[in-house]
Formats: sequence, C-alpha cells, structure tokens
Amino acid sequence: MQAPLARLKRPSALYRMLGDRVFVVVVTLLALGIVALSLGLGYYLYLGGAQAIERFGFWGFLTGTTWDPALKEEFGAWPYLVGTLLTSFCALFLSLFPAIAAAIYAAEYAPKWLVGIINYLVDLMAAVPSVVYGIWGIFVLAPFLRENLFLPAYLWTAEHAPGILPYLGNPSGYGFFTAVVILASMIIPYTTALARDAISLVPQAQREAAYALGATRWEVMRLAMLPYARGGILAGVILALGRALGETMAVAMVIGNTNIMLKLLGIPLLYPLFGPATTMPSVIALEFKEAVTDIHLSSLIALGFYLFLVAFVVNLLASYLINVFKVGGQRA
Amino acid sequence: MKKLLATAVATAALSGLASAQTVNLTGAGATFPFPILAKYFDEYAKLTDGKVRVNYQSIGSGGGQRQFIEQTVHFGASDNPFNDQQMADIRKNTGSAALNIPFVLGAVVPTYNLPGLTKPLNFSGEVLADIFLGNIKTWNDPAIAKLNPDVKLPPLPITVTHRSDGSGTTFVWTDYLSKVSPEWAQKVGRGNSVDWKAPNKVGARGNEGVAGVVRQTPGAIGYNEVTYAVQNKIAYGAVQNKAGRFVLADLPSIAAAANVPLPGDARISLTNTAAPDGYPVASFSYLLVYEKLDANKAFKSEAEARAFVELLKWMVTDGQKFNEPLTYGRLPSVAQQRALALIARITYQGKPLGKDIVGR
Repeated sequence: MQAPLARLKRPSALYRMLGDRVFVVVVTLLALGIVALSLGLGYYLYLGGAQAIERFGFWGFLTGTTWDPALKEEFGAWPYLVGTLLTSFCALFLSLFPAIAAAIYAAEYAPKWLVGIINYLVDLMAAVPSVVYGIWGIFVLAPFLRENLFLPAYLWTAEHAPGILPYLGNPSGYGFFTAVVILASMIIPYTTALARDAISLVPQAQREAAYALGATRWEVMRLAMLPYARGGILAGVILALGRALGETMAVAMVIGNTNIMLKLLGIPLLYPLFGPATTMPSVIALEFKEAVTDIHLSSLIALGFYLFLVAFVVNLLASYLINVFKVGGQRA
Repeated sequence: MKKLLATAVATAALSGLASAQTVNLTGAGATFPFPILAKYFDEYAKLTDGKVRVNYQSIGSGGGQRQFIEQTVHFGASDNPFNDQQMADIRKNTGSAALNIPFVLGAVVPTYNLPGLTKPLNFSGEVLADIFLGNIKTWNDPAIAKLNPDVKLPPLPITVTHRSDGSGTTFVWTDYLSKVSPEWAQKVGRGNSVDWKAPNKVGARGNEGVAGVVRQTPGAIGYNEVTYAVQNKIAYGAVQNKAGRFVLADLPSIAAAANVPLPGDARISLTNTAAPDGYPVASFSYLLVYEKLDANKAFKSEAEARAFVELLKWMVTDGQKFNEPLTYGRLPSVAQQRALALIARITYQGKPLGKDIVGR
C-alpha cells in the first residue's frame, strides 16, 4: 500500500489545510440549495394559491367537489386529488407484475443476445415523450379498448347486471381505465430498469449458496434473490409512482377530463371504471393557459400546492417503506 | 397594382423610421388566429424588406390578455374582447384606454360522428343546448328528428365532447348557448372553461383532441373551429339562426354574421346574430392595443410606435386578402371602417399617430 502513495507528488500546504474544508462547504451548500429549492417551490405555490385557499379554506378547497370557472367561480380540489391517487396507484398495481417479471427474465433467464434487445427497448420506452403516448392513446389504444373490452363488457353488464352499469360509465374509450393503461405502460420501464439492476447486483455467492442447498431456479429467485433485491425493486416502484403522480400530457389526452364522481357510502370516492375522470396535473396544464379570472388562476396554483403536498407525503411514506424492507446492513 | 401597393406600404413604413434600423415587435395571445397572424407578419416583413419583424407567441387568449395588462408585449390578441370591468381597470391603472380591434372572423360548428349520413344535419340553438346539457340523450330524439324530417336517425346514444383546455372556442360556443337557452345561462354560463353538466360527456384537449374523439366515437358530438372541421373533413351541422334559417358555416355566412350595427368600440358578441343570412356561432378575434401607446412600457420609441400603427392599418386593409385562403372570414366593410376608426385614435406622447397614418 505504501509504494504507490509515495510516488504521488506531495500536495501543497494550502491544499492540505483547506482541501477538505472547501469540499465540505461546497457539498453542504449544494445540498442546502436543494432543500431551499424544494421549500421555496412549496412556499411560492402556496403564495400563488393563497387567494383560493383563503376564500374556500384549506379543508374547504381540499374537499370541495365543484369546479365552475364560469358561473359561480367556485373551486374544489377533491375530484382531482382522488383522480390523481386512483390513477397512479391503479397504474402502479397494473404495471408491477409485468415489470418485475420482465426484470427477472432479463436478469436471470434470457439468453445474452436477447438481454441486450430487452434492455434497449426498456430504455426506449422510458425515453418516448408522453405526448406520443397520448396520441397513441387517442388513436389506437382508446378505440381498441372500446371495441374489445369496454363495449362487450358494457353490453354484457347491461343484459345481466344492469345495477352496476353506473360503475362502468360511458364506454367511449376515453376515461379512467384507458388512462390507467397508458400510465402503466409509461411507468413499466422505470420499475423494470431498477428491478433488473437490483437483481443483477445480488452477490453470486447468495445464488450459489441457494443452489448448493438444492433449491430450484424458482426457489432461488423467490427465497434468495428477491428478498435481497427488494430494496432496489421498491426504489424503482417509488420512482414509477412519482412519475405516475406527476404525469400530465398523456393522461390529459385520454382521461376524458370530467370531475363527476361516484358516491361510496355517501362520499364521492370513485370514478366509473370506463367513464371519464380527471387528475390534478392534467387540469392544471389544460386550464392554466386560458385562466382569465384571478380566482381561477389562483385555484389552479393552489391545486399545484396540494399536488406538492401529496408528492411530499407519498415520498415520506416511501422512504419509510424502503427502510422497513431493506435487507439488514445493505443500503437500499 | 400589387407591386405598387407593396412599394407604397414599404416606403410608408420606412419613412416612419428615423434610420433604416429594424423594428422588432412582440405580441402574445390567442391560438386560433395564429396561422393568419403568422401569414400577416411574414408577408409584412417581406413588404418592408425585413425592417418590421413581429414575434407572436400563441399562448392563449387568457395569457394574451394577462401579458397585455402586464405590458410585456406590444400587443395582445384575444378571441374575446376585454369586458367592462377589465376596460375600467386598465384605464384606471395606466391612464390609457384599451382598444379591441377586430381583424378576423371565425366560427364554431357542431361536429358529429353519425355513420351513414349523406348531408349535414340541422340543429337549432335549443336542441344544441339540450344536447350539451344532457337533456337529449339519443340521436333519434324527437327534437332532433323534427329538425331533420328526411333523415333516418340511428338510436345511438350521444357522447358530448367538449374542450377540456381553456379556449376561446369554448367561450364562443357557450356564449351562443347562453343566449339561446335560459337553462344553459342559469346552469353553466359562458367562459373559456365551464362546468359542463351533461353526464354523458368526455373532455378532450385542443381542437385536435375534440376532433379525434368525435372521429373515433360513433354517436359523438363536439364543437370545433370551422377551419379545423373543414381541413380535417369532419362532418358538421347547420345551425338555425335568429331569422329561422338553417345556415351552414362558410366564408360568406360567417362574414354576413358581422353585418350588424357595431358599437363604437367594436366590443360585441356576434353570436345569435340578427343578420338574416349570418351564421349564428361566429365571432371576431381582436388585437388588444393601448390607445396611448406610450402608456405601454413595451414601447421604447416613436419609431416603434409608428411602425406598429402602420402594421395595424395594413392588417385590417391590405392584409385582409390573406384571410380567406386560410379559411378565416375577412372583415365586412362596416367592421373594417370601425377598426380603422379605432386605429385612428392611437396616440404616442400626445402625437396623433393613428390619425396621421389612417388618414393618409
């Protein structure tokens, strides 16, 4: 160990005295900058939305279900908040198993030449702009789902169980379920890429030990690899969830943008499965440009503030989960 | 003749400039007239040998009004004029009135997707309001059938499609429905975004979104700018006007809609026009300009102001010939006179620039 160090040129006295301290100061400042940036973002969103929050009250705005920019000028975030959470979590659920299956296949089962192709395509999927997903949604996915899923299901239900028709909603193709499918296909690459890396980072010894105990391939995966990699897989899931919560354009293009909700136990909690729904980012993007009155604009910014809070809470929960699930000693 | 005019305008514009320096003007606002504005500015730059260049950002009518009030642009463009409150605020805050100068006519048409129809459907204002309120749910409803006696209407459910983004198109459409249906005026009202009531509705983003949904969904009805419907070959219906005629939107019927007495400041809603052969869902687009140009912080010199007034005059006179090839209505002569009268009111530091240039 001594020999290579001795060959280095002896650094100057100033460097030895200040080097570390300068580095610490720079790193600290940059890290604090990020903290200041996110707090400042939240603060200015609050300032912009203050007019709406003052007029309707913090909880009043959160739980209000009317969004009428023209006649009553009354605004409420509830349908948008619920729409955002529902679409994101449903998309996450829908994407989780295909994504992890693809990751396992790419990391363990696929022949080498196929791994290259899979990885390339996964990265490509992540790089496709969301407006392209949106156009594909309008012109391909929505008509396809309408013809092959919505209409048959709707007609069958109309015949056999007309009571649940309101929960299916208008099967026009532009609505909640289409948005969930689009979102799921947009977030699959995030989960897949991180899960793939996490699985391939599992030490070879772990694998070999399991094989040595007589485990089958599936058992190795289930008992030795996935538990070890779950921290990394979860990190991918959370990244995907963040993307789903904030996704705007593709969702706005196919979701139908309607804030009429279904009631569950008297509380508006659901959107019809096939019928139109809405999300916070999409209404902000859609109405911001032509919001003429101050209260309308302020309500849209307030919506941004609530979205910020939602993202904050979700991330907090996520980091708690990662801590719970990570393998002892290993940083997830 | 054209060349002569070109030289005349070019020299006029040049004479307004102390030196041969170029003038850069910025504008912002409505997306609907963007293609025609781009054409105007392109042609005008050619006319002036590139001396007058205009940078127009189509950020939407609301954004255009906002930027105009904040004085970050030389002019705004909007599908709807300022309302009385806004006019009063601007006058109070800047000491200058705002001028709403009409420069182009557009129309909004009901687009639909009904397989097997060969000729345009007829609609009346009340029927359209009832459809968009969700009161009429299927295409074979007696109210629609009554207007179309020789058409066999399918029993398809109606899917109401509306713009989910804020839009001047929505304003014109809801403005019309508010005028013809008391129920609409009471429940929904008019605006760039409104609270749509129909339970069978779908919101789509932009003209292209509405057109896309309508085209993909049998039984859908939506509303689009007529230019958009024509260019994309989407079926659209005729609308019954105040005089009782069913009028299909085309360039003559849109121009005819503006053949009504105009108020002095040209701020008027043309929807439900009284003109007997006018299309009832038509509207002006406006340029937003300060009457005292020096009240607008964006103007830095008299040369800029002069070049701008020259441009305005050109747009409402010679520039109008570019409207129809791009399927925008051109100003009828009454509206053109009104626009020129408004431009003539423009001053810069007390100098009657508008009167000089328009009167020449």
